Amino acid sequence: MSVSAYKRNRAVASVFLYLACFIVTLFVLIPLYISFTGGAKTMGQLLSQPMNLPVPLMISQYTDLLLGKVGTYWRALANSALVAALSVAFELLVCSGAAFALARVKFRMSGAIYNYFMLGLLFPLAVAILPLYLQIRRFGLLDRYWGVVLPQIAFQISLQVLLLRGFFKAIPSELEDASQIDGYGPLGFFWYMVIPLSTPILATSAVLTLVASWNNFFLPLLVFNNNLRFTLPMGVMDFMGEHSTGWNLVLGYLSLAMIPAILIFIFAQRYIVAGLTGGAIKG
Amino acid sequence: MKANSRRVGIPTLLLLIGPAFILFTMFVVVPVVQAAVYSLYKWNGMGPLTAFRGFSNFINLATDPVFQKALWHNVLIVVVSLGIEIPLALGLALIIGRSDFKLAVFFRTFFFMPYVLSEVITGVLWQFIYHPQYGLVKAIVHFISPSAPAPILLGNPQLTLWVIMIVIIWKYFGFHMTILIAGLQDIPLELREAARIDGASAGQVNRYVTLPLLRPTIQISVFFSIIGSFQVFDVVWAMGKGDPVNAAETMVTFLYKFGIQRLSIGYGSSVAVTIFAICLVFSIFYQRTLAREAR
Repeated sequence: MSVSAYKRNRAVASVFLYLACFIVTLFVLIPLYISFTGGAKTMGQLLSQPMNLPVPLMISQYTDLLLGKVGTYWRALANSALVAALSVAFELLVCSGAAFALARVKFRMSGAIYNYFMLGLLFPLAVAILPLYLQIRRFGLLDRYWGVVLPQIAFQISLQVLLLRGFFKAIPSELEDASQIDGYGPLGFFWYMVIPLSTPILATSAVLTLVASWNNFFLPLLVFNNNLRFTLPMGVMDFMGEHSTGWNLVLGYLSLAMIPAILIFIFAQRYIVAGLTGGAIKG
Repeated sequence: MKANSRRVGIPTLLLLIGPAFILFTMFVVVPVVQAAVYSLYKWNGMGPLTAFRGFSNFINLATDPVFQKALWHNVLIVVVSLGIEIPLALGLALIIGRSDFKLAVFFRTFFFMPYVLSEVITGVLWQFIYHPQYGLVKAIVHFISPSAPAPILLGNPQLTLWVIMIVIIWKYFGFHMTILIAGLQDIPLELREAARIDGASAGQVNRYVTLPLLRPTIQISVFFSIIGSFQVFDVVWAMGKGDPVNAAETMVTFLYKFGIQRLSIGYGSSVAVTIFAICLVFSIFYQRTLAREAR
């Protein structure tokens, strides 16, 4: 085979590969395009011009939703944000403390407690859901934010302790000695050295909890009956039930509900990927 | 002077580990143990636990045609994930992971994006795509053949599960691709370049160098995929709650319908224990196989 034929073959192959990638890109993006444009169409436009850009632009659906004339977008958004913020804050506090003790403190039960936490990796939420529901009901946490936040954190503990402990273990012991000479005890070392040194892994941990909380549906579905408490995924289901004939409105609500997740994704993609691939532990 | 910085008082230790220990015990361990106990009783969640039934819940479950259907659907989801989703993710990872591939970051970003959207939002969005009157699929069908009848997708029990699987692939192939790309990046580039210099084609390099080295990562991806497939709930719930006529019922939607909606806590718990047992047996089997291969 001559060099030029070889080059031509490579060029053909590479065009084919790019084409394949573009087709998959369309597969991913077209549903999102349909949602955002569909939210700005009339029902007639939805029917007659499904793929077109919305001309004339019907922004009234979006403005009605944003001004609260239809649906409860802002309330659902606020509920999602509150549940996520509480979950992230307490997850970081609870898990970093436990991970620090398991990584840097010698005590007799250390190995056993670590293994105990790791048991959680075997239990999906679905397995515990019925007793959990009764538990939440008995504690009077139905329709309360804590009813979602506390179990949600509990189910994050295994993964987060695993992630954080690995990072904390790698912090050189010279730093610990140095902080001791400066007069800090273990808690001082934890607070003034370990935490500031661990911002990348803490960010990863926070983002993983944030995404899990933001998209959680199963637990809020059990805990929240009062629609004043509904988070965004529940708000979407509820809104669809109420406006089952007004698909342009539903698409508007959906699109607005997607925007925060897409923003989180744009700003935190690096941390999400690091957390999922364990790359954060390596570097 | 060696002060014992690594020894702390009991109160400090309790302060550090206590909250995690209590939360984990109260909301993870205790409920799991309770599920195992409840699965042996007939109970509606009120009053004392008295109606001990032994394994009768499990026997009823095994002979319940709807549960059999649900279990079979979960198995089909596993098959499709392994047969379509992972190969697609792997193919894309091999293309995009090449060092000379332009626009790699662009494609990676878009392919991964559906993973961060909520399953419910995804499900409702695709419910519109499949809508017999307004949906995109109908528009495409009419574009190709204007006189064709509107396609019934989610409403047709023959198709419901399959069109939901397309949504699952849409949402998760990028996740698997991302894991696989991370694995690819751990393979030293020199190995692949050396094979190229020795005259191997790109396909041969993939076949004989990259794929064998990528095997551990592929196994992680397969593991996530199988465990995830046995727990599918949100997407199915958002796209018709497993209906029509249980056409897309999964074990977890079955669990929810019996346990929460009808408060058959005992029967529902036996479903939970079954899901756990399947995942556990699978994990043990999987690790055994890996250990045997490593030897």
